[in-house]
Amino acid sequence: MSDLAIQSYLPPVIEVESQDELLEVAMGPHHPSTHGVFRMDVALDGERVVRLKPVFGYLHRNHEKIAEKTTYLASMPYTDRLDYFCSMTNNWAYALAVEKLAGIEVPERAEYLRVITAELTRIQNHASAIGFLLQEMGASGTPLMYAFREREIILDLFESLSGSRMMCNYMRFGGCRVDLPAGWLDAARQVVAGLPRFIDEIEALLTSNEILMARSQGVGILKPDLAINAGVTGVMLRATGVNYDVRKVDHYGIYDRFSFRVPLGEHGDIYDRYMLRVLEMRESVKILEQAIPQLPAGPILDPKSKPRGFRPKPGEAYGRIEAPKGELGFYLISDGTGNPYRYRVRPPSLINLTILEDMCLGQNVADVVLIFGSVDIVLGEVDR
Amino acid sequence: MLGEGILKGLGETARNFVGSFVSEDRLTTVEYPEQRLLPIENTRDFPFLVYDGADPDAGLRCVSCQICEKECPPKCIYIVKSTDKKPDYVGKPQFYPARFDIDISVCMSCQICVEVCPFEAIKMDTEFELSTDDRFGGLILDKHKLAKSNEHFQRIHPTEAAEVDARLAEEKEKVEAKAKAAAEAAAAKTAAESAAAKTAAESAARKAEDGSSGSDAEGVKP
Repeated sequence: MSDLAIQSYLPPVIEVESQDELLEVAMGPHHPSTHGVFRMDVALDGERVVRLKPVFGYLHRNHEKIAEKTTYLASMPYTDRLDYFCSMTNNWAYALAVEKLAGIEVPERAEYLRVITAELTRIQNHASAIGFLLQEMGASGTPLMYAFREREIILDLFESLSGSRMMCNYMRFGGCRVDLPAGWLDAARQVVAGLPRFIDEIEALLTSNEILMARSQGVGILKPDLAINAGVTGVMLRATGVNYDVRKVDHYGIYDRFSFRVPLGEHGDIYDRYMLRVLEMRESVKILEQAIPQLPAGPILDPKSKPRGFRPKPGEAYGRIEAPKGELGFYLISDGTGNPYRYRVRPPSLINLTILEDMCLGQNVADVVLIFGSVDIVLGEVDR
Repeated sequence: MLGEGILKGLGETARNFVGSFVSEDRLTTVEYPEQRLLPIENTRDFPFLVYDGADPDAGLRCVSCQICEKECPPKCIYIVKSTDKKPDYVGKPQFYPARFDIDISVCMSCQICVEVCPFEAIKMDTEFELSTDDRFGGLILDKHKLAKSNEHFQRIHPTEAAEVDARLAEEKEKVEAKAKAAAEAAAAKTAAESAAAKTAAESAARKAEDGSSGSDAEGVKP
């Protein structure tokens, strides 16, 4: 990794016979393939993409500025709305940043609960990401419905734990909000026991499917040096063969205690990204199988933490985790008052999307939809 | 063979299709308005105000401290404090909300009002069929629409309600014990005072008697 030179970079220029013959198409903002309100201004030479300009900001909700005007705790429910598929990991990243800022210790049981909920989140996110990718490939419904069926079971667990399916608002500075309700752990054990069957089913349905292979192998290739220079993280980066997982690199939480592997791709194409998501689900199941029996008894919240009047000492902190979509970080500066002086989100969706043009240039317009889908973004996090 | 993967996948869908006629756990949906899933106990959507007893106005636990109004992230709570006081559940005179509105079109069901409330007065409801044709007025819930009995709370969140009731009973007991102790102390004090006054009066009388009997210990010096 160290021998890669960091240099100024421009996307390649696609040769065309005549600039006047190009057709400009605005894909979006209300395009069924755009996962939300997002626009791609594409210049086409026949079927070939010559230029592509992503236009963000349709879903901008001023998250960072609102967070600077409210208390630390009041930003917690807003983080659910960043990447609304993975509210548990968003909560964790923000709680981690605040805990670093204020030096709060997290009890053992809360750490385990965080790992369990985060890995369940990763599984349901990857399952739906695969479903959406196949939906965009034209497999209308079936893979997505299979993924959503499994996702619903996991969301039921989240609902009985935190009260809400998607907007969990579960973690607090120094632990978690509530302890497990009666019978939750058995239900979770049952769900986890059923997950390998679901992953086998998805693999039987898709992995050797010739249409999927024809549409995705060798399409939307991302080179490792470009991925590193652009700051791409998560599945997108690992599909190019770069071994970088924040869980292994940063040792946050208690991930050191579990044995799991980081699957790596080779070609950096769409098929690699699909395959990596399947393999990561299997690794997450492995983590869950280790974490659920080990769950210790004890408090779930640091006894010193209180809901009101939280004022950390002046300072700054950056907390980051491996969210399902990549490295999710929160950067906070405290000036000693009840509100953060600066609150910044490093959203993996936005940064993984910045190399969209490089992956799409020279490809067919039908593949743009697939390449975009394989990035796995949520517009709530891109625009914030 | 080309197409083998597709056939394998189709076999998987066929298994699910046929399985849905045979096995219950392959049927994952219900016919919603007629059939309903059992509610999950911890479910939350919008806040409501808890009252004790039969009268929603008299039994409201809210003392209008306005903490939830301050802590609410999207600022959907609007409270006007009363100017007079009413006795609360332990009999202590407290302010009450003259007006308590929640705009549920703004509320994001985050439960922070419940967490910060020191009086267990606001809790999360599970009622989700709230659609209305009035977009503005119909989604602002006032004090009367928000007030729901403690029995309702016990019905929708039994575990949490049991904890809250135990905590409140303990608090009430403590307050009553304290009041009783204070009353006893006050009674003892008054008794002691009256006794002291009595002894003082007696001694003064004795002294006066002594003075009149000729002793000049306390006598006025010329």
